[in-house]
Amino acid sequence: MSWEVVFFALIVLAGTAGELCVTRAMKTIGEVTEFHPGAIFRTILRALRVGWMWIGVALMAVAFFALLGALSIENVSFVVPVTALSYVAGTLGGKFFLGERVTGKRWAGVLLVCAGVTLVILGRR
Amino acid sequence: MKSSAGLHLKTYVLIFLMVIFGPLGNVLLGKGMKQIGPATSFAPADLFHVFVSIFTTGAIWLGIGSLITFFVAYMLVLSWADYSYVQPASSFSYVIVALLAHFLLREDVTPLRWIGVSVICLGVLVVGQTPPRTTEHKQ
Repeated sequence: MSWEVVFFALIVLAGTAGELCVTRAMKTIGEVTEFHPGAIFRTILRALRVGWMWIGVALMAVAFFALLGALSIENVSFVVPVTALSYVAGTLGGKFFLGERVTGKRWAGVLLVCAGVTLVILGRR
Repeated sequence: MKSSAGLHLKTYVLIFLMVIFGPLGNVLLGKGMKQIGPATSFAPADLFHVFVSIFTTGAIWLGIGSLITFFVAYMLVLSWADYSYVQPASSFSYVIVALLAHFLLREDVTPLRWIGVSVICLGVLVVGQTPPRTTEHKQ
């Protein structure tokens, strides 16, 4: 029980924090408008010069190994739905960390995700 | 502007790849980790043993390959399609994960879990229908 909680917390929190850091890094670079291989390579090089990118990638690696840890003790059909809590963490992070405006509709979606995850947790044997 | 028929076909093919390879990747990781067994000891020697097992298990590599395929398809489709269009479409991956887990890994998916997964899909669908950019664009 306790290990699962640690793994799930890491998947959701480190994964979301990682994505937020990567988003912040990409926003400092600016919109990518060219997609030929050379331009993508230059974009990656520029991204690697942003500190947030490294923090983001490290956090996402932590989330990946936590996912493997969770999958070693629980079924995929349980683990993956519970990780949908990332939408909740992502919405909260977007609002408080990136200053995004969150609409009522989005909060409604987040509540539905929470309800679904609760049902998945209740539906385990 | 490109011809819309070709663009639509390209978009559907890539979303199809996302919805198949994302869940398949997770299911393969699950299969691999089940072979390795519970990874809940963090003593350095055990941790080393687990890392070696992870990176020598075929199913894990297939899973990583599937997830990379998913990620490339995701990045490519996002280069022309709106995030608010792609993200709701990808919400179906939660149902696909449950289906693959049931049929490939013979996992016992309870009725309440199916309902929960459907509600999550609905929630992700609603989350994805909100505006993709609400912050000011800095010049």
